[in-house]
Amino acid sequence: MISVSQCFERLRDRGQCALIPFLTAGDPDLETTAKALYLLDQKGADLIELGVPYSDPLADGPVIQAAATRALHRGVRLDHVLEMVQGIAPTLRSPIILFTYYNPILNRGVDVFLQKLATAGVKGLVVPDLPLEEADGLLKPALDYGIEVTLLVAPTTPKERIATIAQQSQGFIYLVSITGVTGIRAQMEERVQDLLIDLRSVTDKPIGVGFGISQTDHARQVMEWGADAAIVGSAFVKRLAAGSPAEGLREIGTFCHHLKAAITEA
Amino acid sequence: MTTTPLSSNLQPSISDRTSSRPDALGRFGRFGGKYVPETLMPALSELESAFQQYWHDPEFQQELRGLLRDYVGRPSPLYFAERLTACYSRSDGTGVEIYLKREDLNHTGAHKINNSLGQVLLARRMGKQRIIAETGAGQHGVATATVCARFGLSCVIYMGVHDMERQALNVFRMRLMGAEVRPVEAGTGTLKDATSEAIRDWVTNVETTHYILGSVAGPHPYPMIVREFQTIIGQETRAQCLEKWGGLPDILLACVGGGSNAIGLFNEFIDEPSVRLIGIEAAGEGVMSERHAATLTQGRIGVLHGAMSYLLQDEDGQVVEAHSISAGLDYPGVGPEHSYLKDLGRAEYYSVTDQQALDAFQQISQLEGIIPALETAHAIAYLETLCPQLTGNPRIVINCSGRGDKDVQTVAKRLAL
Repeated sequence: MISVSQCFERLRDRGQCALIPFLTAGDPDLETTAKALYLLDQKGADLIELGVPYSDPLADGPVIQAAATRALHRGVRLDHVLEMVQGIAPTLRSPIILFTYYNPILNRGVDVFLQKLATAGVKGLVVPDLPLEEADGLLKPALDYGIEVTLLVAPTTPKERIATIAQQSQGFIYLVSITGVTGIRAQMEERVQDLLIDLRSVTDKPIGVGFGISQTDHARQVMEWGADAAIVGSAFVKRLAAGSPAEGLREIGTFCHHLKAAITEA
Repeated sequence: MTTTPLSSNLQPSISDRTSSRPDALGRFGRFGGKYVPETLMPALSELESAFQQYWHDPEFQQELRGLLRDYVGRPSPLYFAERLTACYSRSDGTGVEIYLKREDLNHTGAHKINNSLGQVLLARRMGKQRIIAETGAGQHGVATATVCARFGLSCVIYMGVHDMERQALNVFRMRLMGAEVRPVEAGTGTLKDATSEAIRDWVTNVETTHYILGSVAGPHPYPMIVREFQTIIGQETRAQCLEKWGGLPDILLACVGGGSNAIGLFNEFIDEPSVRLIGIEAAGEGVMSERHAATLTQGRIGVLHGAMSYLLQDEDGQVVEAHSISAGLDYPGVGPEHSYLKDLGRAEYYSVTDQQALDAFQQISQLEGIIPALETAHAIAYLETLCPQLTGNPRIVINCSGRGDKDVQTVAKRLAL
């Protein structure tokens, strides 16, 4: 299985922008999540971000909050999520990036947590409530376990700070496209283009844009602005949760295919 | 009766402790820090710089002191609770002396306005026109709505739906003063959920909005800023003790939810080893019942709302729901400095149940003609446990952090009078 960095290198060699769909693990159930991962991998995903349900998701808007709450009510726990990943990861081309808040990591202990992730075959980690200042204790040990920890840059991040984050971030840099929480928005903010220019001027690392990308037009827009990846979350979570699991899977399969087509130049 | 020697002068002064605790990263030992989305990091830095600048600015201090005096009604009295004292005296007439620091007499009826006022003055200087806040019991929401009305700022208060029901009077007060109260239905519809929603609003509107966090919780610099704005409680207490008996108090007693009234009273005395500091948490239906809010006595170290501290959580690191009859103590986290003081052994933390708090609520109403907030009643209830353990004639100062008007409906449901 390839690492997040290797995946981006291959895409860059082919001149392609990556598609990174996001799902909340265990919504509506883990069996459906496993099927969804397999399906997204087939339908054009290049990497897949998998959210661990958490009781207090500060960075998430209503769609992902609700999905996490449903999963927790069903009794989904971190160990179940990792078991599921361990089963499905060997069948996927796409590296799995785990998205989790910090408390579940702290609760396990950083080393135990990373060990579990490595065993399950997780390749990347995004922790939305762990800014640069608090990330040291995770960044270094993660490398020993072959896990890349990606840091986030926000529209409010000052230029000097952008450079430091870019330097520390592993795998890629996660550019938050809006001041706000995750969710579906009508359009992309123009300033994302300037942020991409600022980031590009300080780093050669791949840049993924996320938070608020919910349509094929948005994905194409960020690709044209120079992003190396479009990260699409709530729009997938919402589609998967609507109707029966079979209907949800069909919906996300089609959506994934269209998104990938939109960011693949003819 | 012994008189404790004095170790600092009478006049309240601007604390210099901000330079030593927390450290530059906002840490109290291992606790505190800034566990927030990147979007907020620049705003937290901006807030910290603004606070450091204006806290040491004589003009800011003059405006704050003036408003605390003329608008809030400070200093609040240190009241000798004669009949409560008699209740705990020994058969030979000796025993404790109990004093109440009357924060309940402040404008809006609690200590919360000390902080809301300070932060609104900061927000104005930072050019923020929109204010948001979370509230549990509604006292912080009311205090924030009040100062926003006073300064003509737009104000949104996040409040859990369950708390809106049990604190309906405060919801009305906030709306009357022009604030928008936004109901939060997530989770248990209490303070934790309201705080999460306020943080989400701040992440979204950070460039135009100041978040007036109401407790010594949240990411750095909030635990420090709120402490400094509440330290006036302890500074006045020191001066009033000196005036009344020429010494220090022996024991300070305060309730702890997030912990702002307790820190406000304690902070001035942390470096006075002779003064015992005791914080009382809500044991709800009992600490073994799983329906409690005794974070410091029952929690494990975790991260909630941007800070590392003791936390009520399950084996998977999910934050669990707290319970207390008192909306202001119904919180699964606690301010990081309390966790630090606990581990250091400098402060002691115990808990009392809903029922014990209700008993104390009635007791002090009948003995002193003071109806305390249910939160405050927790601190008073601990006298039952504490007083029989004491020898000599110690002077106890209880932070009477709020008045109980807001709670009479809740209490009426539980008491047959």
